[in-house]
Amino acid sequence: MKIAVCIKRVPDSETRVKIAADGKSLDEAGVKFILNPYDEFAVEEALRQKEKAGAGEVVVIALGPPAAQETIRTALAMGADRGVLLQTQGLHADGLETARALAAELKDNEFDLILLGKMAIDDYNHQVGPMVAELLDLPCVTTVAHLEIAAGKATAEREIEGGVEVVEFSLPAVLTTDKGLNEPRYPALKGIMAAKKKPLEVKPTTPGPGALAIVSLTLPPERQAGKIVGEGSAAVAELVRLLREEAKVL
Amino acid sequence: MSNVLAVLEQRDGALRKVSHEVVTGARRLADALSGNVDALILAAGPARGADQLGRFGADKVITLTNAAFGMYAPEGYAGAIAARVTGGGYGAVVFAASATGKDLAPRVAARLGRPLAQDITDLAVDGGAVTLTRPVYAGKALLRLRVVGTPAVISLRPNVFTPVERPKAGTQESAAVAGPAGRVVVKEIKAAEAGMLDVAEAPIVVSGGRGLKEPANFRVLEELAAAFAGRAAVGASRAVVDAGWRPHADQVGQTGKTVSPTLYVAVGISGAIQHLAGMRTSKVIVAINKDKDAPIFKVADYGIVGDLFEVVPKLTEEIKKLRG
Ligand SMILES: Cc1cc2nc3c(=O)[nH]c(=O)nc-3n(C[C@H](O)[C@H](O)[C@H](O)COP(=O)(O)OP(=O)(O)OC[C@H]3O[C@@H](n4cnc5c(N)ncnc54)[C@H](O)[C@@H]3O)c2cc1C
Ligand SMILES: Nc1ncnc2c1ncn2[C@@H]1O[C@H](COP(=O)(O)O)[C@@H](O)[C@H]1O
Repeated sequence: MKIAVCIKRVPDSETRVKIAADGKSLDEAGVKFILNPYDEFAVEEALRQKEKAGAGEVVVIALGPPAAQETIRTALAMGADRGVLLQTQGLHADGLETARALAAELKDNEFDLILLGKMAIDDYNHQVGPMVAELLDLPCVTTVAHLEIAAGKATAEREIEGGVEVVEFSLPAVLTTDKGLNEPRYPALKGIMAAKKKPLEVKPTTPGPGALAIVSLTLPPERQAGKIVGEGSAAVAELVRLLREEAKVL
Repeated sequence: MSNVLAVLEQRDGALRKVSHEVVTGARRLADALSGNVDALILAAGPARGADQLGRFGADKVITLTNAAFGMYAPEGYAGAIAARVTGGGYGAVVFAASATGKDLAPRVAARLGRPLAQDITDLAVDGGAVTLTRPVYAGKALLRLRVVGTPAVISLRPNVFTPVERPKAGTQESAAVAGPAGRVVVKEIKAAEAGMLDVAEAPIVVSGGRGLKEPANFRVLEELAAAFAGRAAVGASRAVVDAGWRPHADQVGQTGKTVSPTLYVAVGISGAIQHLAGMRTSKVIVAINKDKDAPIFKVADYGIVGDLFEVVPKLTEEIKKLRG
């Protein structure tokens, strides 16, 4: 089983967001970067599928700045076999350009499975996976929370509003992973040591300009510091009054 | 002048409620672009509710039928929509950022070779160009984007574009589309309990966290939700989902659902940043927590400091009284 996983370097979700001087981007000073949490599910699933098949290769691919090498090393420490960094400066808002760069790398490699996260927790784009699939003309199932593969036939489950969709498809395919699919492993010390020696190829890449221009990145309006209506059940009547008369939501 | 295509959703042959929001958002865009709204439905046959869309501002309702379109058919739908967009010369294509919309919109955008702005919370037309706002970094920042070229392809965050009635004398059109459903086949939908609202779409969400102490205690929240007479859903923090007390489908937050209800009631939830990521765009937030320093009070419009096991039953009682 030959599996590719697209992984992204993203700011830790605890990050305090500060806007850079250009008013259009994140001030990265002091920001800790991590492997996108949804991509951890994708890496874990790739490792499990390879283990189940008994043979194969897991290749992780990241489009990003030189520092994304660390992100790739994290995935290699989890157990991926090799990494490819499509090295670029600054990612832009248009996910289609990211998908195009990834698809160009994936195109000639005959992967049985291409895994991505359902979304990156920085841009919340929620789109690169199905776009990659379209560009490669492969079947695609998004937000997979359960997966079974047997003899080139696969069944996946994905959450939809008020239920779970059961989906059948054939391999090769592109899947995006949701929470619940698996429990990602932590890299063991042995894995971290081994990762240092695994192959990591760096390829300079220049994505197209894209067709979404950033006008501004701003902090959301502060929510009015809330009012404490009172303590205990004695405050409930007043809360209900405020919800009716002031907030007008009841 | 350019027209806007609103892509709607049906399940079991009936239009889903989020479709009214999509028509409303599309109408806003079309007014700014001096164009018409065409509402597009993909289904196995005539869709119930299609005749109501004129009320929300649709000039024309187009139903494309195919025997395989009863269930969501990702490739079949994407192909039919992309063909329609190319043929119709639309200035914008609007989806719902629902589970289906978020899957479908990127496919259509890729086929059109156009960028996609997913899950937007605001839109405008500025000097002829569509501009959009989307929350990024777990809702900690807002990104404003200008779409270069046409069509603009966007999906709307559910519950943000409140349906507005702007009646139009809508016309109806229907056509059969040939072609296979595609390589990805939805075999069935395992439905949640009948009549249950999804947290992502409910106008009122009552969420519980670790403060509930044990799974059985969620009954107090279910009773509160029930008091809202079919308008509320019960949500959960990740802590209780990870503990197996509640299904993942109910989780609100960064690794769960993003919700934007009119009223969000956080009960026994501390208000971790990842939880806030999923609910901070709610219109009104109420927090009930025994710790007066819990971070949830920083985003709540109204808070009650106290033991939820006393406060919530009393609240349920008061809400029931309102209903009379
Ligand atoms: C990558 C990542 C992703 C995450 N994604 C999510 C996500 O999607 N959603 C999410 O929710 N979390 C998420 N988390 C977890 C998050 O950081 C918190 O751990 C979690 O939200 C805490 O849940 P809680 O508020 O229920 O529990 P706690 O933080 O334990 O809070 C319980 C609260 O209940 C109150 N309480 C206790 N007893 C009572 C009582 N009798 N009456 C009233 N109040 C009471 C306490 O004062 C306390 O404030 C994520 C974390 C990470 C690292
Ligand atoms: N720069 C990138 N490099 C590699 N993979 C990426 C990149 N951006 C996005 N992806 C993949 O696409 C998924 C969805 O991202 P997005 O559509 O940006 O929310 C992520 O979880 C990754 O698997």
